[in-house]
Amino acid sequence: MAADAAPTGFAAPANLAIRKTFDATFVVWGLLATALGLTVLGALLFELVSDGLPRLFADGSFAPAAQFFSSFPASKAAEAGILSAWVGSILVVLTTAAIAIPLGVAAGVYLEEYAPKNAVTGAIELTVNNLAGVPSIIYGLLGLGLLVQSLKMGSTILVGGLTLALLILPVIIVATREAVRSVPRGIREAALSVGATKWMATKDHVLPYASPGIVTGVIIGVSRALGETAPLIVIGVPTFVAFLPVMMPTEVGTVVYDQMGNERTLSAMDVAASWSPIGPQGWLDQSFTVLPMQMFNWTQRPEPEFLQNAAAAGMVLLLITLILNGFAIALRYQMRKNIRW
Amino acid sequence: MTDVPITRDFTRRRFLWGERLIEAALFGAAALSLVVTVSIVYVLLSESMRFFAQVPIGTFVSDTVWAPLFAEPRYGIAPLLCGTLLSTLVALAFAVPVGLLVAIYLSEFASARAREVIKPVLELLAGVPTVIFGYFALLVVTPMLRTFIPELPTFNILSAGLVIGILIVPYIASVSEDAMRAVPNAMREGSFALGATKLETAFSVVAPAAISGIAGAFVLGMSRAVGETMVVAIAGGQQPNLTFNPTEGAATITAFIAQVAKGDIQYGTLEYYSIYAAGLALLVLTLGFNLIAFWLQRTFREQY
Repeated sequence: MAADAAPTGFAAPANLAIRKTFDATFVVWGLLATALGLTVLGALLFELVSDGLPRLFADGSFAPAAQFFSSFPASKAAEAGILSAWVGSILVVLTTAAIAIPLGVAAGVYLEEYAPKNAVTGAIELTVNNLAGVPSIIYGLLGLGLLVQSLKMGSTILVGGLTLALLILPVIIVATREAVRSVPRGIREAALSVGATKWMATKDHVLPYASPGIVTGVIIGVSRALGETAPLIVIGVPTFVAFLPVMMPTEVGTVVYDQMGNERTLSAMDVAASWSPIGPQGWLDQSFTVLPMQMFNWTQRPEPEFLQNAAAAGMVLLLITLILNGFAIALRYQMRKNIRW
Repeated sequence: MTDVPITRDFTRRRFLWGERLIEAALFGAAALSLVVTVSIVYVLLSESMRFFAQVPIGTFVSDTVWAPLFAEPRYGIAPLLCGTLLSTLVALAFAVPVGLLVAIYLSEFASARAREVIKPVLELLAGVPTVIFGYFALLVVTPMLRTFIPELPTFNILSAGLVIGILIVPYIASVSEDAMRAVPNAMREGSFALGATKLETAFSVVAPAAISGIAGAFVLGMSRAVGETMVVAIAGGQQPNLTFNPTEGAATITAFIAQVAKGDIQYGTLEYYSIYAAGLALLVLTLGFNLIAFWLQRTFREQY
């Protein structure tokens, strides 16, 4: 049997070879375009590391790196550091997470499990989708007009945390909704059929299954809050902060002057009180700066030494966000692999 | 068999206070989005009103100079709008072809394994803080562009726009890819059966069928580009400039807001209110784009 003979009445189109070449060429272009993403990510990392690493390990020892992490901003680049920035970043992100996670998860659960189909629900869904598309700088204007000016709260950690929490709320709501929606109906019905109330079924059965998806959304939201700069500029977060919102144990015994000018020695109690978020010295009420603000400030300086500082700060920031996002992506990947309904 | 006395009436539904309380609390959290939206609109409108009480809205729209610091300050939004649209155009000119290429490659050509590697990398790229992209634009892209355009100033819209383009590629690629993957396989098979190659199928069957989603992705990318602040604040220039030449520096709406807010602004001055007027223009622009995307996705959706 002549297997290689073409069937009767069939002739391969004359231009097929050319058309197939177009196909192959497109694959190359597609790969190139895709590789561009990888290249840019690599170039970002390379640029920050090659500019920033010499700053951190100038004399071949860890001393400049230690100095960089433990110093306040200064007018000389070699003496400047990111101490107030990284401490501020941690405290603000903690505040943001404490506000946005419960509210976002609750809102997502309500919209998926409880919400009746009516005009109010429709309006809420519309606003969640729209808020996700509002530029971050607009949230800054909201924080400035409402919290800083109308409510006279000042540019404190609480105000920064609240502003960023509103910003990442839609991210967490959308992730929660998707995670809750993917839990099959049968899980709820099984719980309800043995007498569980709706909240019991939600809290003990739906939420545990949905938690990996929720955690993924939370991590992506939090890492966004960590890297956000524009809304904080607008609410008036300073870039030159030479104090910490909390006191270090080494400050016990330091002599300070209060607002009336009275001399006072700091006790261990004062230091401990400064670590509480609320209270007379609570850190929520303190002024602060964050890593991206510090980096932005240094990119505005003409001296190349400060650009080196900016690169070193950017390196720290990029590493933290890449680790956070990588963790979230790995978690989602695991989840897809493990869960088979 | 003895009768068990019925002690509880299971036919009546009990009213559970705890359950109701929890539902009310969850509703409160959801309703917060409504409150936030209303607050944003209220704050922007009420502060802008005070601005427009001193600067007529006609001047704001029609004047071609934005110079808040002049002895006789002039507030015409046109230069800022021009900078914003110019940087957005540059971004789209880069991101639309690249994003579409990536999306078609991922959805029609790449193997499942290749997709599993590429999509997370794109997601990582989308998670990079924008201040880092700003640094990248200023210290890598601008010097690189200088090899082609030697007279390029340090701060220019071209470099900022290109970097914003890189920033929105992941969004455009992922939304368009989702749209193309939703096209049923039978349509591809029908095209192959007629003798079309993969590429011909992708461009004449899959892409047209997914056009609503793809167009939506472009508009969403545009809305993000318009609202991007840090890249233009660092690399795009601070001077309002009514120009259509991307190799010049020009302040955008967002860069102006950031620049004013960075300095010491006095509450209650015209300058303070001007950032709200600029913010209002920005919000109208992005909301407009979002509505167009929504409308595109709804109107041109092909049902299968």
